[in-house]
Amino acid sequence: MLAFLKNNPTKKQITHIKIFLFMLCLTPLARLLWLSITDNLSANPIEFIERSTGFWGLFILLATLTLTPVRLLTGRAWPIQMRRMLGLFMFFYACLHIITYIWLDFAFDWLDITKDIAKHPRILVGFAAFILSVPLALTSTNNMIKRLREHWKQLHQLVYLIAILATVHFWWLVKKDIREPLLYACILITLLGVRVYYKYIKNAKVNKVQINSL
Amino acid sequence: MIIRNKPDIAPSEITPKSVFDNRREFIQKAGFGLMAGAAVSLLSNPIKAAIVSSGAPEGTSRLMGHTSVPAITKPLPFGAHQKIASYTKTTYGASEKLTTYENITTYNNYYEFGTDKNEPAINSKLFKPYPWTVSIEGEVKKNKTISIEDIYKLAPLEERIYRMRCVEGWSMVIPWIGLPLAQLIKWAEPNSNAKYLEFISLADKQQMPGQNLQVLDWPYVEGLRMDEAMNPLTMMAVGLYGEQLPNQNGAPMRLVTPWKYGFKGAKAIVKIRFVEKMPVSSWMKAGPNEYGFYANVNPNVEHPRWTQSSEKRIGGGLFAGRIKTQMFNGYTEQVGQMYAGMDLRKNF
Repeated sequence: MLAFLKNNPTKKQITHIKIFLFMLCLTPLARLLWLSITDNLSANPIEFIERSTGFWGLFILLATLTLTPVRLLTGRAWPIQMRRMLGLFMFFYACLHIITYIWLDFAFDWLDITKDIAKHPRILVGFAAFILSVPLALTSTNNMIKRLREHWKQLHQLVYLIAILATVHFWWLVKKDIREPLLYACILITLLGVRVYYKYIKNAKVNKVQINSL
Repeated sequence: MIIRNKPDIAPSEITPKSVFDNRREFIQKAGFGLMAGAAVSLLSNPIKAAIVSSGAPEGTSRLMGHTSVPAITKPLPFGAHQKIASYTKTTYGASEKLTTYENITTYNNYYEFGTDKNEPAINSKLFKPYPWTVSIEGEVKKNKTISIEDIYKLAPLEERIYRMRCVEGWSMVIPWIGLPLAQLIKWAEPNSNAKYLEFISLADKQQMPGQNLQVLDWPYVEGLRMDEAMNPLTMMAVGLYGEQLPNQNGAPMRLVTPWKYGFKGAKAIVKIRFVEKMPVSSWMKAGPNEYGFYANVNPNVEHPRWTQSSEKRIGGGLFAGRIKTQMFNGYTEQVGQMYAGMDLRKNF
């Protein structure tokens, strides 16, 4: 059953893994729905939903960025096949996050929303991260990958900027206790650091391979 | 070769002293609860806050059936969910819709007990607010201390319903019970050098686990200008919803200044210093650009993180939207004149 840990999984196993991952990525949403039905979203339910969807968006984004380092470090390439789904789930939770903000938090008061974005750097970087992730979601189809060719790769490198912005967005949310955002910042730095190491240091020695796959 | 003797009791099985002590105290309280039921009228405690016949700690009746409870000699007049026997209702906030007790006591910013808002209710369970004394120092006729029991007796306790606006953009409506701070100041007898008051909260890592983390410069310090402290709105709260303050809300005594952001309300106050120079509060130290001394609710002065022009009223549900934040949280009539001519953008 767990043979794919040793060998690469078969096509069928990949499908099973994908289905499992799909269900897994839906559990945060299921939890939110359950908590809202049972009236357990705390005294400030809107903030709770904002925090939860924001957290899972960032978490899944970091998970997406883990796949390439896994390949670089272990030589296993098959997890890359999960990347699109994870990326789209990140976008899914980011959408829920911003819908909560616009609808539940600000009740479509566009003037207040504009002011909030303009006046608060925290909101601005979060909003920028969301806007930047829209073209990535739109160009995630096979058709777009073919059509954009090498531009697709360049475009999708925006994900690094999005991850940095999202982490800063979280960091600026907390008043004083920065332990949690610090943890994600460290994870992000590690994930990016592995890439930088392979691209500029290791490959400079070996003088080839894998540059494209960054 | 190292020979290890396996200990009889794994370290993980040893009951921590605090838990052990707490259990003893619980049993004592339970014992007292039994006595109290029979002897309410004999109690000479002036506050009478302690024991109404239903005032026995939860679980007492269950305990009765199974355990023989040792009698105790010293009455414990305070405890969780103790009703405050006598206070007068006032017209303050009579038209407001109250935030529920549940929400007021489970959604707290009280970093001494953790930085998440649900943590204070959990982490303050072992906190012991009684007995308690408050020391009065600085520019006063004479340094002195006062017990919480005597503070209850300084002036008739009043219930006042105040709006509370947090700097984070949410608000509640809370039925506080307490006395005007002015009454306590009168008792403290400040001299003419006293221009400001500094409120110092308890520093005790044993009881306040959040203080193990240096998120703020402990102990928590807040301050008021003398006229603000003397303003009739300013209150020393000792209770809410007819009960003694729950630990997570600042037991046994906290400051309430409803026209200021919530963080001005120092909790578990152990010391009040009368001083000549403006005190530096914990939040001013932590973020001088974000938190000023005055911290008056002001929809026109933005905070770098949160919208201050509107707020979410806790308890409104998912689709209630926001309400407009009012200048001085709607208390301009009572407090506006104190800031006449001041640049409130600069003195935020």
